[in-house]
Amino acid sequence: MKVTVCIGSSCHLKGSREVVETFRRLIAENDLKGKVELGGTFCLGNCVNGVCVDVDGKTFSVTPETAEEFFSNNIKGKC
Amino acid sequence: MKIRKFDTKVQHLKYKVLRSVARHAWAGDLMEHLIDIPKELVPGKHATMRCCVYKERAILSERIKIAMGQGEDDSNVIEVIDIACDECPQGGYVVTETCRGCLAHRCEDVCPRGAITFDEKQRAIIDKSKCINCGKCANVCPYSAITNRTRPCEKACKIGAISSDPEYGNAVIDNSKCISCGACVYQCPFGAITDRSYILEVIDLIKKSQSEGTKLYAVVAPSISSQFTYAKLGQVVTGIKKLGFYSVVEAALGADIVADLESRELVEKGFLTSSCCPAFVDYINKQFPTLVPYVSHNFSPMVQISKYIKETTENAKVVFIGPCTAKKKEVKQPKAREWVDSVITFEELQALFDSRDIDISSLEETSLDNASYYGRIFARCGGLSDAVAQAMREHGEVDFNLKPIVCDGIEQCKAALMRAKVKKLDANFIEGMACTGGCIGGAGVLTHGEKNKAEVDSYGREAFEKSITDAISVLDKDKIK
Repeated sequence: MKVTVCIGSSCHLKGSREVVETFRRLIAENDLKGKVELGGTFCLGNCVNGVCVDVDGKTFSVTPETAEEFFSNNIKGKC
Repeated sequence: MKIRKFDTKVQHLKYKVLRSVARHAWAGDLMEHLIDIPKELVPGKHATMRCCVYKERAILSERIKIAMGQGEDDSNVIEVIDIACDECPQGGYVVTETCRGCLAHRCEDVCPRGAITFDEKQRAIIDKSKCINCGKCANVCPYSAITNRTRPCEKACKIGAISSDPEYGNAVIDNSKCISCGACVYQCPFGAITDRSYILEVIDLIKKSQSEGTKLYAVVAPSISSQFTYAKLGQVVTGIKKLGFYSVVEAALGADIVADLESRELVEKGFLTSSCCPAFVDYINKQFPTLVPYVSHNFSPMVQISKYIKETTENAKVVFIGPCTAKKKEVKQPKAREWVDSVITFEELQALFDSRDIDISSLEETSLDNASYYGRIFARCGGLSDAVAQAMREHGEVDFNLKPIVCDGIEQCKAALMRAKVKKLDANFIEGMACTGGCIGGAGVLTHGEKNKAEVDSYGREAFEKSITDAISVLDKDKIK
């Protein structure tokens, strides 16, 4: 599974670093390193709804507060 | 439309040429109108710059070629327009008619070489075979009667790459020495030396991104914070996007990466010079071959961040926008060519805005925030050393005793490199910036202001990320090694 977090300016200011850190921690805790490929990209083209997260081609809107729940529902559960 | 603030009328003229070329390029009729542009810019009938409108137009034709990226020699991006060169007087210190033949003869007393004698009216004469051009006589003359006849271009070129053609007298650049810093471009009062422009490449990239769906990124240098003073930085970013760029990214994040990597490389090797300034690196390559192994092996911040963008985004193209003419040469080298598609200056960005009638001061703001304070202060002299010291602190490096030497301008670089060559330099890290003040003193900026350094520092303090480690933590570690 490929998970890409937007690290463009707008998403960065909305907390993309915290989202990346949360995902990294959860990938390690859940032993998903081989299954989830986490990356960062500059701008997913939906700045208003940041932080943008792309999971296998589908873009979602995540915040640092919802990152953990999002991970459980959309990443961990679908691996 | 508001008149843009440039330092000189030469810059304004160059800007008008670029804007006209760009306007026709957008309209797709440049080739048909190529011969009309000089007359558009100098409608006549009276000359305002040269002896006649015909010469003005002839020179403009040459400027247009350079604005279109054409030139005599592809090994350089700095060109002399022969017919624009005024063949300024030269010959060093001379006594002018202002000399009154006084009794004091301070000039004679101060001359270390006994080069001054007097004619029958007690007026000074300088013996050119003895004179060493120290200028002491000129400094002590109470009538300011002694003047230094040095060409502004030769004076600006601290590395001696400019001379005059022995037959015709016009300025000639020795491309085997020139480091493309652009100092002569900025200093020539006739605008006879200029930097080749790649705005047509950029317009083409913008058009293609629309027709072929490529993602065109603008990587902007942190010195942008001291430019476009009539608008807010966020408005400049919106303007860039309005031109057709997909997104704008700070080169300063590349600088954060460089600070992180360079601090580790320095600890490993024990002695290093920076590799951010392409003119400084070019200077070492050309004049100090024995020091080449000590040049940091890192990419420059421009290349570092562009590489990251291209490695993480499909169909990405990158244009670097900065204050620097030497970056135009850097990008032709194999290490950079793969990652950066084109380079333009702030002067050229202004021309592009106006060629599309984009008044950035009326636009809404778009955020630009990728880098830390330390990445952003690379734009001014001393910032790079501060960032390397910070990176060491963040790594918990306590054993290595960092002793940086900050070289402000190519003359200071030369002095440090000469000492390093004979292993007499009391420092283990050379921060080399070819332009005085650092990148904010670059030849491609709109204005060189005293406040520029303060602007860069204040922009640095506004960064969302406060440490280098935090700024680069969002990046994929495997891709920034």
